[in-house]
Amino acid sequence: MSVALLFDLLLAAALLWCSWRALAAPTLQRAVVLFIVFGLLMTLAWARLAAPDIALAEAGIGAGLTGALLLDALGALRRRGGTGEKA
Amino acid sequence: MTSGLVFALAGVALFAMGAAGVLLLAELMRRVLAFNIMGSGAFLVLVGLAQRNDVPDPVPQAMVLTGIVVAVAATALALALARRYQALGGRDELAGDD
Amino acid sequence: MKRLAVSLGAALFAALLGAALLELGPPAATLAPLVAGTLAQSGVTHPVTAVLLNFRGYDTLLEIAVLLIALIGLTAVARRGEAPAATAAVEPVLTTLARLAAPLMVLVAVYLLWAGAFRPGGAFQAGAVLAAAAVLLHLTRLLPAWATPGTWLRAGLAGGFLLFLAIAAALLAEGALLKYPPAQAGLLILAIESGLTVSLGLILAGLFLFLSEERR
Repeated sequence: MSVALLFDLLLAAALLWCSWRALAAPTLQRAVVLFIVFGLLMTLAWARLAAPDIALAEAGIGAGLTGALLLDALGALRRRGGTGEKA
Repeated sequence: MTSGLVFALAGVALFAMGAAGVLLLAELMRRVLAFNIMGSGAFLVLVGLAQRNDVPDPVPQAMVLTGIVVAVAATALALALARRYQALGGRDELAGDD
Repeated sequence: MKRLAVSLGAALFAALLGAALLELGPPAATLAPLVAGTLAQSGVTHPVTAVLLNFRGYDTLLEIAVLLIALIGLTAVARRGEAPAATAAVEPVLTTLARLAAPLMVLVAVYLLWAGAFRPGGAFQAGAVLAAAAVLLHLTRLLPAWATPGTWLRAGLAGGFLLFLAIAAALLAEGALLKYPPAQAGLLILAIESGLTVSLGLILAGLFLFLSEERR
């Protein structure tokens, strides 16, 4: 088994674990942070797939802008006393 | 086993996980996350499958680039709707959902 | 019950699709050689940019239209005129840093736009960097949230799409939709990409700034 394949398998496992935790995390705050980590791991996956264009876009839009939007929505949810914080 | 195939298979799993999340999770924000994970899975399948013999293919790459930008617009619209809904009804889950 | 059924269904779907992927033979038709073969006529030398703005230009045209519609939908449901939330003052270090970073980010965006013709980069990434600069300025209270867009902002938001549409319509008279004459293709792509960068940056920033509740 080559090192590159091992890295790909590890990265794929990290992607799956991160997305699972983002969906199952007890608090929304943690879920959003895990989702941002998921976006950054996706950037790595695009780099491995020899797609630097997508990696750039994913880092800026997928992880950066989506993360900012989600955190802003989370803040708004809290301020209105929604159930943003569970457990 | 090439990188393309590894990530295409990971994409299949991500898509299934995201789809289950959209159907099962009650919180609206959480559904938006699941929807995004589903999209990322579809993107990985699209590019990974086209590059399963490790030759970069610019056509699916360009399509995914378009898809990522559309996905963030859909996410923002979904979050705006969720926030409006929550502001009107004071809840972060849809009424009539089980 | 529902949880079990959905989980089982999703697992079954993933298993079947995964098995199908593993069994797949070599691709019957690949587009990569086709792109490489016609790259010389596309006006740019980076294959992804050639696909985005030349070979499959209408994808990009429709995409910027979708973004514009999403933004219009978002402004329709965003709440306006509510009391600004009480927020703590921003650290002066952060403000200074944002003031320093924003012009550099604009520079990076212009570089990415220019680099898109021959290496990874292009309108999408440049627009994302512009939007990130706007969000950074907003988070440090240097740029207020947007309420109702004025004439200039509207022109900026729709400009990229309208320019692209105008070029597409003008080329329609020559024959096919978005079929650039090879001699002017590079220039046309640069013009379209410049418009797209400005509009994409404003639209992506608008997705954040129209939703934000802090108005100062």
